Amino acid sequence: MNDTTIKYEKENLLEVKNLKTYYPIKGGFLRKTVGHVKAVDNVSFSIKNGETLGLVGESGCGKSTTGRTILRLLDSTEGQILFKGQDITKLQGKSLREIRKDIQMIFQDPYASLNPMQMVGSVVSEPIMNFQKKSLASLKNEVIELLRKVGLPEDAYYKYAHEFSGGQRQRIGIARALALRPKLIVADEPVSALDVSVQSQVLNLLKELQDEFNLTFLFIAHDLSVVKHMSDRIAVMYLGNIVEIAEKESIYEEPKHPYTQALISAIPIPDPRKKSNRIILKGDVPSPANPPQGCPFHPRCPQAMAECSLSKPLLKEVKSGHRVACHLY
Amino acid sequence: MNLMLEVKNLKTGFDIEGEIYHAVDDVSFSVKKRQIVGVVGESGCGKSVMSLSIMQLLPKGIGQITGGEIKFRGENIEGHTNDEMNKIRGKEISMIFQEPMTSLNPVFTIGFQIVEILLNHSNITKPEARNKAIELLKNVGIPRPEKIVDEYPHQLSGGMRQRVMIAISIACQPKLLIADEPTTALDVTVQAQILELLKSIQKKNDMSVLLITHDLGVVAEMCDEVIIMYAGKIVEKTSVDNLFYNPQHPYTKLLMASIPRIDVEVNELTTIQGIVPSLKNMPKSGCRFVERCPSAKPECSTVTPLLANVGYEHEVSCLLYEGCYPREGMR
Ligand SMILES: Nc1ncnc2c1ncn2[C@@H]1O[C@H](COP(=O)(O)OP(=O)(O)OP(=O)(O)O)[C@@H](O)[C@H]1O
Ligand SMILES: Nc1ncnc2c1ncn2[C@@H]1O[C@H](COP(=O)(O)OP(=O)(O)OP(=O)(O)O)[C@@H](O)[C@H]1O
Ligand SMILES: [Mg+2]
Ligand SMILES: [Mg+2]
Repeated sequence: MNDTTIKYEKENLLEVKNLKTYYPIKGGFLRKTVGHVKAVDNVSFSIKNGETLGLVGESGCGKSTTGRTILRLLDSTEGQILFKGQDITKLQGKSLREIRKDIQMIFQDPYASLNPMQMVGSVVSEPIMNFQKKSLASLKNEVIELLRKVGLPEDAYYKYAHEFSGGQRQRIGIARALALRPKLIVADEPVSALDVSVQSQVLNLLKELQDEFNLTFLFIAHDLSVVKHMSDRIAVMYLGNIVEIAEKESIYEEPKHPYTQALISAIPIPDPRKKSNRIILKGDVPSPANPPQGCPFHPRCPQAMAECSLSKPLLKEVKSGHRVACHLY
Repeated sequence: MNLMLEVKNLKTGFDIEGEIYHAVDDVSFSVKKRQIVGVVGESGCGKSVMSLSIMQLLPKGIGQITGGEIKFRGENIEGHTNDEMNKIRGKEISMIFQEPMTSLNPVFTIGFQIVEILLNHSNITKPEARNKAIELLKNVGIPRPEKIVDEYPHQLSGGMRQRVMIAISIACQPKLLIADEPTTALDVTVQAQILELLKSIQKKNDMSVLLITHDLGVVAEMCDEVIIMYAGKIVEKTSVDNLFYNPQHPYTKLLMASIPRIDVEVNELTTIQGIVPSLKNMPKSGCRFVERCPSAKPECSTVTPLLANVGYEHEVSCLLYEGCYPREGMR
């Protein structure tokens, strides 16, 4: 076990290559497949050990689908997901179970993702019991230690999820995700439901835990200031595609893709005396069931050129570590 | 009639193991015609319970209004029967619920759910209602609306479901919209579009909005006035400008300091130490923020502060202000 961790330490923990995940559209009275929602339509990125990659993009662009495909909660249509160098897209049975230990998810909705009538102790011990044989006493000790780690009182063990506030429930979800000491955590909008003061507690906690356990994060969120705080690099997604990926400073200081520029300009400013200079996107939001020809963003792009409706731009490096899919470059 | 909504001394309690605990405890405020009033406060402080109380949609047998008054356009509605409320809900007052997953019915198509409300409240035919539904979906920025009308909630992303809820809530041009975290699941570009849409409807129809949100950027852009709640009580009530430039309650000050900013890089975000007391452990007297308050004085744990004026249109409930001490005879 130790050998492999050392061997891959400097390399990519996760590499996603040309990933596609389509949902079938059923139609007619025989419920035949009449088309596909191309929720993830060619996504490639990698995450190094201990790194946090932020994933942002328009609602419905395929962020959760990407996350759920990496967790193997959904089957991919095409492409590869290399975890520690091994393609996990086709794994079944025992080998899939092994991988599930290493990749965990924190869900967006702390209300919907926990069973309110289950005792917190059992919520957190469940994954451990699924994978390890342990005496009840040592299991309980381990769970209480986890609860302490995420800042919950010891007596939380005997309480029910519904007795906790949103922020506390999110901590329970984090304790559960940490229980098996995973390598990679996919956090799908982990703080969107929380108010700012609780949000900052949870974000600080995630960073502390990352240092302590050398965790690697895929951090999905739509709050760009939160993503900026948490991430080392950021990937911007639009209609199933990654359109830009770079170090976070480059993304915020010199966004290259017109969609990224619009996104950054739309961040609401927490100051009533400042007026924002938003780039308002015009045109209809395209459908992932029938994506436009050429660049997926061209029908709404303020800088679109003739070429943009003809050929789809590929991600290319415009600066060291800064890649963008746009014909302007 | 300039006042759209008046809430006076509202108390809403939950029955927990046979005892009533108040999640909203003596809350008073009003919303004027065309005004957008923001409500902010820590998770669990009672924002949603307050909204559900106004709509009279509290969970039956568990939650109930135990005191106070709710007036809509001058008329008392807190004693209304369910039939009377059904005429108001969706048409006069409508609500965007915080959890779009649980408030859309999973067994009906999106279209069915919008058409139903349109048919209930207006005189139009089914095909007209269907066309209107498609138009509404388009207005909230849903791609391929003519397909999505026939899809089920589970086939949509989180943000799309939230936009469907928004479409439903504005379908009948309500006079008062209660929006409980309407844009939490949306990215900023779609959020900007939705906020613009709400603003234009508000202007066109003279609609009033009670906007619950934890995004203080949204508060800054949308609201006229703001209510800050803590543990079931209003701790501060003021203009948006005061909230950002002259907050007075220690809780409000800390809240404003914890906003993550895009323009400032910090290693650790400011937090408020400790957690909000649970309903069962709510102190019986004194200020509810006392255990977490950096400016607490000994009497803060025994004397319950009043909500009092500390400046022009600025009310605070904190013993740092003379005016908040209960008057003789009330102590
Ligand atoms: N179970 C499903 N069946 C069919 N289509 C689906 C299903 N789940 C998602 N989709 C579609 O796939 C696309 C991507 O959805 P996804 O949930 O990945 O978006 P997202 O980027 O996470 O959005 P959000 O920010 O709103 O959560 C959307 O167009 C959605 O309608
Ligand atoms: N059905 C219920 N049964 C018992 N207690 C409840 C119920 N619903 C809410 N509460 C309690 O009432 C209090 C107020 O909850 P409410 O949902 O109004 O909070 P909120 O301010 O909307 O928080 P958030 O920002 O997390 O949405 C909380 O302590 C909560 O635990
Ligand atoms: Mg999602
Ligand atoms: Mg709420």
